[in-house]
Amino acid sequence: MAKHHITTTINGEPTEFLCESQQTLLDVLRDELQLTGSKEGCASGDCGACSVMLNGRLVCSCLVLGIEAEGASVETIEGVADGDRLHPLQQKFLEEAALQCGICTPGFIVAAKALLERNSNPTETEVRYWLAGNLCRCTGYDKIVRAVLDTAAEMRGA
Amino acid sequence: MKQIRFAAPTSVEEAVRLLVDAGGAAHVLAGGTDLLVQMRSGLRRPDLIVDVKRIPELRAIAQEDGGWRIGAAVAGAEFNEHPDLPAVWPGVAEAFDLIGSTQIQGRASLGGNLCNASPAADSVPAMMAAGATCRIAGPGGAREANIEEICTGPGQTSLAQGEFLVSFHLPARAVGSGDAYLRFIPRTEMDIAVVGAGVNLTVDGDGQCTSARVALGAVAPTALLVQECAEALIGTKLDDRAMGALAAAASAACRPIDDKRGTVEFRTKVAGVLARRAAAIALERARSN
Repeated sequence: MAKHHITTTINGEPTEFLCESQQTLLDVLRDELQLTGSKEGCASGDCGACSVMLNGRLVCSCLVLGIEAEGASVETIEGVADGDRLHPLQQKFLEEAALQCGICTPGFIVAAKALLERNSNPTETEVRYWLAGNLCRCTGYDKIVRAVLDTAAEMRGA
Repeated sequence: MKQIRFAAPTSVEEAVRLLVDAGGAAHVLAGGTDLLVQMRSGLRRPDLIVDVKRIPELRAIAQEDGGWRIGAAVAGAEFNEHPDLPAVWPGVAEAFDLIGSTQIQGRASLGGNLCNASPAADSVPAMMAAGATCRIAGPGGAREANIEEICTGPGQTSLAQGEFLVSFHLPARAVGSGDAYLRFIPRTEMDIAVVGAGVNLTVDGDGQCTSARVALGAVAPTALLVQECAEALIGTKLDDRAMGALAAAASAACRPIDDKRGTVEFRTKVAGVLARRAAAIALERARSN
């Protein structure tokens, strides 16, 4: 059977790809489009390393079929920086060493960006609940949470 | 590997035709948070995936008969972000807010949480307590059913071949009524219910309980609507004695399993405690409504 021909928008760019029915959006991003920033941790929606935005909503791309991207808007970690200029979250994660091995980092950045876009002044509790679906096995989360809060403060001009 | 076909119909009729033609080898896709995991683990191997999210009825939220008609493919986060629904049905909103992470809540659908038929599904006791009904489409046309008629066992539903869930209806919110949902898990977030309890009750001007619905999750092969719990409350002033009778009735209704999350004894005890606590919260909300 022929593959499905999908027309979508990824990081603002009109994009086309071919996929099979059961291929996940994560498979498509990594294997067909070479956008390997999104990581596969668990492939069951538990770890959040594959987090992307689908039509403005934070999702695990391992729990979305590639075919569901038809006509949709997808934003990945590759679209977070503005050319060579890092997003304030990326800058803050570096400055405050909010990562160690780095596998979970793209998911955390995408998820935290989604939070700050809807809530520019989250409490620590709100940050922790929002990011509960992103697992990090290295940092113990404190530096990540602090980096998100500090980014929020900086972006508010505080 | 077997080639799986995919269809994204835009009408209920088209979806029914696809499901009927596939003769039981099709699976409905809404949020996909259960289906994709089950496909990956080999638990489900559909020949055809029918994505129902492009059918307008499945995605709509609208007022109907004083209550609300909610599409089966509406995600939990969409319910909880609605300008009116969480205020009218806070217990139902509490249940959806407990299902998975931010990422999961944005995708996992109301209909999927019911039709996946997990005994521990958080929204199911809350929707049962609310008295929600659902609309099912199939080759014989549409039919209405109570939530408690859908799940028949773990992973099993009463939906016939070719049938699928179109929408839910939450009834009009009575004056002096309120609902609440509580669950027990051994951690703060991101876990599956060891016990869940949903309560929806109404009190009159004298503080007497005139109606009540109490449902329990994760203590039997399906969520249970417990008539004895309702009877323990109706006609009382919801005093300590009535609340004690509620707790005893809830514990008595339990038919749980032992597993790593909780023993039979623990689940049975906690069901009574949670039912009572949920009733107290529902009462507080009823008094301010």
